[in-house]
Amino acid sequence: MFACIHAPGEAERLIACAQDFSPILEQTDADTVTLDIDGLEHLFGSVHDIAHAIARRAGIPVNVAVAANPDAAFHAARGFSGTSIVPQGDEAKFLASLPVALLSPSEETAETLARWGVRTFRDLAALPDLGVAARLGEEGVRLQLLARGDHERPLVPAEAPQRFEEEMELEYPVELLEPLLFVLARLLGDVCRRLEDHSLAAIGLRVRLLLENASQHERSIRLPVPMRNPRVFLKLIELDLEKHPPAAPVVKVTIATDPAKPRTTQNGLFIPLAPEPEKLELTLARIAKVVGEENVGSPELVDTHRPGAFRMRPFGVKQQGTGRNACPTQLAFRVFRPPVAAKLQADFLSAPGIRGKIVRQAGPWRTSGDWWSADPWVRDEWDIELTDGALYRIYCDAQTCRWFIEGSYD
Amino acid sequence: MASALLQTIDFKLHERPAPDLLPSGIARFDAVFGGVLRGCVTDIFGPASSGRTSLLFSLISEATAREEFCAVVDAGDAFDPKSAAASGVVLNRLLWIRCGGNAEHALRATDLLLQAGGFGLVAMDLGDIAPATARRISLASWYRLRRAVENTPTVLVVVERAPHARACAQFAVECARSRVKWSGAPGCSQLLRSVECAADRRKPLRPACAEMEAHALR
Repeated sequence: MFACIHAPGEAERLIACAQDFSPILEQTDADTVTLDIDGLEHLFGSVHDIAHAIARRAGIPVNVAVAANPDAAFHAARGFSGTSIVPQGDEAKFLASLPVALLSPSEETAETLARWGVRTFRDLAALPDLGVAARLGEEGVRLQLLARGDHERPLVPAEAPQRFEEEMELEYPVELLEPLLFVLARLLGDVCRRLEDHSLAAIGLRVRLLLENASQHERSIRLPVPMRNPRVFLKLIELDLEKHPPAAPVVKVTIATDPAKPRTTQNGLFIPLAPEPEKLELTLARIAKVVGEENVGSPELVDTHRPGAFRMRPFGVKQQGTGRNACPTQLAFRVFRPPVAAKLQADFLSAPGIRGKIVRQAGPWRTSGDWWSADPWVRDEWDIELTDGALYRIYCDAQTCRWFIEGSYD
Repeated sequence: MASALLQTIDFKLHERPAPDLLPSGIARFDAVFGGVLRGCVTDIFGPASSGRTSLLFSLISEATAREEFCAVVDAGDAFDPKSAAASGVVLNRLLWIRCGGNAEHALRATDLLLQAGGFGLVAMDLGDIAPATARRISLASWYRLRRAVENTPTVLVVVERAPHARACAQFAVECARSRVKWSGAPGCSQLLRSVECAADRRKPLRPACAEMEAHALR
């Protein structure tokens, strides 16, 4: 059985009222809510009692109709004031007096029906089925079924906006991280449980701390893959808060997550070794705490001729790399960061830790670029071999006329 | 009673299975050594321009070509992404940790990576760390790394100037420069072509040597 509540301009109140009776509800239009009331007779008694209980709970004048199918209840609620019970099997008779305009036909169909003199549900229900199908098509058949109260369909439940957020006001300001973590652990446990109930995971975490000085300390953690492990979340937040501690004692904690579909993986015997994403994220956070966040990542070459240009991007295990090109072993280069300032006198090179006579050299290669920007470069490069056999790349900065060792071939 | 108890206990010593090998991608190296050992510490040492880094890049490119993830813990901040990419390393499968010259940070990061697991190869590059600093790394730290990598399919490669991993390295290779090839006449249009290196096995103590040739990028 289905109940329908109708009141113009009171959608939110109607939804709240319907939620008190059933979790399966549909906002059928802007002013009408339909809900499934199967099983409520054990709590409220007959369908009359259920309808009256709904009308009372609404707290405002509403039309309530109960019927065996949602559309019959919908039309009855919109067409009759007060409480209506549509008898099962006699829907056509009950709805007969309602105007055909309640069915919201298309403009063309409404005009045709008006020309035929069809004004009420009764008129439309009485028309021959085949004739309606031949003349009005699919829409006509549907409208006729609605007019007879025979249209069966499942409810399309309205999904309430899901917010996976928990907050807690503290009895006294918390200054140390450790007691704060106890609070966070509990909130994270609750959030993760709710995520699990909805078969979801989190792709991002936001921690908002209201401080004693009325300011807010907000931290966001972006996760490489959806996760739902409160212990991992807690450790990530702990590492982040250790790096970025709040400026004052905390009086209120809010945890919010960005829900996402959980990660699904297909394991196989021949899938190569890869770090477990949850473990990797924790490890990277721990390493970032030691060496600095900007020093951990995957290198990426930049589309420029500037020597030594690269950028770091977050390391993840999702990327699909291409296979190695079949190339002979290349001579690797080791970069000195920053380049080592050197003195070059005739054919003798000296720099901290590097001294020797140049026995072989190749160059110069002049490179320049970014002359249109504030950071241009112009340099002449040489490959040199010193007496000890070591190979270096040196360059003369044309702007400062100074010599540097860029790195060594190894 | 005691003899009966002893009979019930299986005292058979189980032979440790031979570790898997990761080929280096250098035909002559693989022909002599077969590759480097998984679940073991591999020490690659030698002076500057001896081919240590070329060998390391070749190992990483081989591992990334097998769709494994690799990590370079760069103590001296000397890793060159352009050179690595030219050697065939798939950069988006590589985690690069820059330690800014701090060997202690490098040890800590390597330990954390090994504990996390899942990497095909973890390289700790101490090649530009001052010898005095590298000598100060305690044997306990090296043993910790050895224990962490044991019974895993990960290769731990340490690149150094001198063999500081000592007893903890199960496979040690000393790289030495044999010959530098230049093209062109001296003083006129010369070009660095390639470096020929020799990789001598120092551990296990069975003399073996592989010749390698690394071609210059220019």
